[in-house]
Amino acid sequence: MTIALGTEAPLFDLPGVDGRNHSLDDYAESDALVLIQSCNHCPYVQAWEGRMIELQRELGDRGVRIVAVNSNDADSHPEDSFEEMRARAEREGFNFDYLHDEPQTVARQLGAERTPEVFVFDRDRRLRYHGAIDDSRDEDGVSQRYLRDALEAVLAGRDPDVTETQAVGCTVKWK
Amino acid sequence: MRIEILHWEGCPSTPEAVELLETVLAERGLLEPIELHEVTTQEEAERLRFPGSPTIRIEGRDVDPTGAQGRPSLTCRIYNLPDGRVSPVPSRQQLEEALR
Repeated sequence: MTIALGTEAPLFDLPGVDGRNHSLDDYAESDALVLIQSCNHCPYVQAWEGRMIELQRELGDRGVRIVAVNSNDADSHPEDSFEEMRARAEREGFNFDYLHDEPQTVARQLGAERTPEVFVFDRDRRLRYHGAIDDSRDEDGVSQRYLRDALEAVLAGRDPDVTETQAVGCTVKWK
Repeated sequence: MRIEILHWEGCPSTPEAVELLETVLAERGLLEPIELHEVTTQEEAERLRFPGSPTIRIEGRDVDPTGAQGRPSLTCRIYNLPDGRVSPVPSRQQLEEALR
């Protein structure tokens, strides 16, 4: 079951495509931390990736860190292996950390079900928004920018107007 | 004309694919029924050469012959659109070409 609003971010220490391990403490200076359950193979993830890059570019200087986490079983979906993650991050020019949750611990702790699925944690690392990035896979059809609005609220120290939406995407591929 | 949609419940794009296909069929005056077949196991995916959900076949021919060559798997299928974007459903253009 997905974690409830107000829940603390899970502790983690996972390898990233940059060749380093990244833990929750590494982001201690950030005013907002966005964990996105993600992967390589899913067309929904691919459709939203550009917006993830854009958000990190626009809000990075204001203390926002986006961290994508791939927990998918690479045996059933070889496109989601760590090697393929590194290749995709380089090819697509990811400006956010992309971590490999091979034991699927973070996905289970978050209660994630879909890719992409967003979890926004505030300065105290409490969950303030959970769900979709926005309301349309097609960028031209977006009318509600849930993640951006939630981040603006968190950075301003207030509650987001919308705190939960339904993430639309592929299922997490459990072992 | 036999029109099939092979789908897997783990991918949410089936209703959108059905709606798009129904629209394209109606515009062409085609009243053919759409056969929906749910793929539930990896073994079935391999037997049916199912590269992901949804897979649409017109008279047995995939509407995206290139993507049809993908590894059989219970997964969401990726369609490459003419404008370079990717989509979990085929483009209207792909469906129209497949129906010609």
